[in-house]
Order: sequence, then C-alpha cells, then structure tokens
Amino acid sequence: MDTKVDTAAGEKIKIKVSDLNFYYGKFHALKHINLEIPERKVTAFIGPSGCGKSTLLRVFNRMFELYPEQRAEGSVLLDGQDIIKTKVDVSLIRAKIGMVFQKPTPFPMSIYDNIAFGVRLFETLPRVEMDERVEWALKKAALWNEVKDKLQQNGASLSGGQQQRLCIARGIAIKPEVLLLDEPCSALDPISTGKIEELIHELKADYTVMIVTHNMQQAARCSDYTAYMYLGDLVEFGPTSELFMKPKKKDTEDYITGRFG
Amino acid sequence: MSLFTLSPAGMRLHKRRKGLNALALTLSLLAMAFGLFWLAWILFETIRLGIGGLALTVFTEMTPPPQAESGGLANAILGSVMMVSLATALGTPIGILCGIYLAEYGKQNWLGHVTGFINDILLSAPSIVIGLFIYAVVVAQVRTFSGYAGILALTLIVIPVVVRTTENMLSLIPNALREAAYALGAPKWKVISSVTLKAARAGVITGVLLALARIAGETAPLLFTALNNQFFTSNLGEPMASLPVTIFKYAMSPYENWRELAWVGVFLITLGVLALNILARVLFRKKI
Repeated sequence: MDTKVDTAAGEKIKIKVSDLNFYYGKFHALKHINLEIPERKVTAFIGPSGCGKSTLLRVFNRMFELYPEQRAEGSVLLDGQDIIKTKVDVSLIRAKIGMVFQKPTPFPMSIYDNIAFGVRLFETLPRVEMDERVEWALKKAALWNEVKDKLQQNGASLSGGQQQRLCIARGIAIKPEVLLLDEPCSALDPISTGKIEELIHELKADYTVMIVTHNMQQAARCSDYTAYMYLGDLVEFGPTSELFMKPKKKDTEDYITGRFG
Repeated sequence: MSLFTLSPAGMRLHKRRKGLNALALTLSLLAMAFGLFWLAWILFETIRLGIGGLALTVFTEMTPPPQAESGGLANAILGSVMMVSLATALGTPIGILCGIYLAEYGKQNWLGHVTGFINDILLSAPSIVIGLFIYAVVVAQVRTFSGYAGILALTLIVIPVVVRTTENMLSLIPNALREAAYALGAPKWKVISSVTLKAARAGVITGVLLALARIAGETAPLLFTALNNQFFTSNLGEPMASLPVTIFKYAMSPYENWRELAWVGVFLITLGVLALNILARVLFRKKI
C-alpha cells in the first residue's frame, strides 16, 4: 500500500489526481488537475456553475463512462492504484467509492430494500445480519428513529430531506472508503441541511468525504480542505480555514467574498 | 378605483388574456364532451342490445345454425380467450425485452435506430396485412387454418405495441435514478431489472393492456388464420372460433338469432377488456 504523505499538511493521502483532463466531446472541461485528497477528512469543492467540480467528482467513481462522448485522461490513484486505466471491474471501484447525488433518488422499492439493494450486490448476509446492517446504516444517516416503524413502506413516501438521508444510508451500507456528495443539500430545507451537515461531520471518522457545494458557508462549516475551481482549472486548494481567511489567489478571494460568481 | 387596477394598457392585456383563457377552456370542454358523447353512446348501445340476449346458454352452448331455437358463444369465447391470452403471453416478453434493448442499449447505435424504425412500421401496419402475411407463410404452407396461426398473427400485433410503450416508459425514467444504482456498483442488467424497469412498471403494464385490448377485438388477422369453427374445440391445431370473427359473421346476417348473439359478443368483449383494465389498475396501483 502506498503511504505517501503530503508534507505540507502532514496528512495521509487517499486519492491522488495527476494531470487529469476531461472532455465532453470536444469541450475541455477539466484542465490539468493535480490534487491530493487527504484520508478521513472532508474536502469541499467550490466554484461558480460550470467550473467542473461535479465533473471532477464523477471521475472518481467513473460515472462519466455511462456516456460514450465523455472521456478522462490522466491518472487518479486510490491508495496508489490507478482507477482510470485499471482493468478492474468498475463495479468494484464504485463499491469502494460511494456517491450521493443532488436530487434524492429513492429506488422504487421499500425503505428496507433501498438499503439492502447495494449490500446484496456484494454480500450474502443472513436475514438477521441484513437487518442489523440496515439498522446500522439508517442510524448512521440519522434516519432510523423516523423510519424504524415503516421499513416496508416505499422509499418515495418519505419527505425530500428523509429521502436524501436514505440515499446517504444506502451509500454507507455497502461500507465504501470514500463518499462523494454532489450538492447533497441543494434541494433541502435548512433543518434537513443541518442534519446532513452534522452527519458529514460524523462520517469523516470512518470515510474520506468529498462534497461539491454552492453554499460557501456550508463549505466553511463542514470541510477540512477546500478546492476552488474556475472554468475547469483548480485555482486554489488548501486547508479550509486558510483558503477562507487568507486566500493566496486574488480570484479565490473575489469569489468567496462575493465580488464575483 | 379598486386597489387592484393596472395601467389602461395593462388592463387591456389582462382582459385579453382572460378572454383567451375562457375561449381555450370552452374549446377544450367541447372537445371532451364530443369524445365522451360517442364513448357513452357506444357503451349504452352495447349494453342495450347485448344485455337482452345474455343468458347462461351463451357460455354453455355452441354457435347455432341460422334460426335455431337456442345456441350460445361457448366455442367463440373459448377460442378468443385462448388465442388472446397465448398471444399476449408470447408477445409480452418479446416486446418488453426489445423495448429494454431500444431504451437502454440501442440509443446510440444504428441497430437500435433501425429496429425502432421497423417497429414503428409494424405498429402502423394494417392488421389485415398481418393476417394475410401469416396466411401466406403459415396457413398456405401447412395447408390448414389453425389456432396456432391465429396466435401468431395476434402476437405480431402485440409485439410492436409493447415495444413502443416499454421503450417510451423506460425513456421517461430520469438518468439520475440509473446513476444512483450504478453508483452503488450495480451491473447494468441489475440496474435495469431491479430499478429502471420497476420504476416504469405501471407504464409497461398499461402497454400490455393496450395490446391485449387491441387484439381482443381484432377480426382481420384471424379471418385468414384461425378462420372459424362451429364446434367446440380447444385443439389449437384446428380452425378455431373467436368472438370478433363470429360477430363479423353474425352481425351482417339476416337471421335474428345470429344478430342477437353478435351483440352479446360485442358486449362480452367490451366488458372483458374493461374488467381487465380495472383489475390491472387496482393490482398494480402505485403503492405509496
């Protein structure tokens, strides 16, 4: 196992991105991205719409491969192993790198089966253990108390905030190492947002979390590191407190102070 | 002056918009009334003329000779039920699988486009053409009319309807749902079978019902394939009676007892399709 350490921050590196370029057809959406994501920390990606932050997230679990006109060049190392060029089945990579999307996407099945769906893909658990896993994931996602009496109800019957926590529980249930959150709170009210932010804070004890957000307060509140992106470039990356308090680049400062974007 | 007045130009626009709204609403209501009027009339006439001849003997006795005292539709009902259900059972899996191919695999390649195009042609092909086609390639070759030939012809009508609705319904499922399933590491077949198809279930079933309702009343494809049979048979290798062909034959006849049975047949088909629709809607209602 690669135990490369970013000397500047003194953190163990979970994902190392080198010279990553991404294309939507001919459009060059990510330009020569170099980045090191520390393990068991929350890294936030901020920047104006269209800057490529969601695109970058979708490279990490190779979601872009569903669309033939999209392609990535360069290398992304997860614990030292390249996940872009590897021959390893993409399903196995996605089992290690979970993702939660902008809009809640409950599957058309019961709350219980929503969680069990992913687990059943990789493990055959006896009923009792599956019950325990479902309960564990729902507790982790701070949803258990609200749904424990209606596990057999359809996932779509929950409120928007509950659905999003269900999606997070679903992602956690397969015990990934990295969790990608693509604007997970953009469709939620402040109370649900607060619950999910608390959750993110707890998740970093076990997972490496990356979150794309349009909300700079959210980035400041719940991340340890922040990356500012603009037009496909990674402009600045550093500890969140430093990036927000004394940004090194003028562009970053303009964006976070609201003079631009 | 009321508190809620706009400038004179604004009020003119406002009045114009309200006028247009009233006009459009009136036209829509008229169109709806026009459609409902004929539908209600058809149902009313079907019931009025069909319910009189309805008796237990309809289900127990064979199609009678002209001017007979008694007689029923037992052989035609059995033939219709057998051929329609087998054709649906045969055409549904083929149609759904093909629809899945078109929606989930064939969006980008030429095979998908060609298949979709041919399916559209098949969908709009007159059913008499399909009947003649089966006559030429099956009946004329084995030299006998048969229930099997009838089933084949009906299956060819079921498939394109199911293909088209399945493809449309799957295409309506947002990509976000597919991505969410892929993000958990699910392979494509699992995503389609457990998530996408399940989400589109109600629409796909509606497609199957549409196809079933259509073939339940199809006469032309059966005329040259299953033909007709005055006697009771469940042997699909023989010519077979069916409700639509019997109605076709009886309704145009000068014999009173035949015409009455034709109306009973119409009533039974309408009722059967209606009952199946209601049943399926109750069974597969979205459970939330």
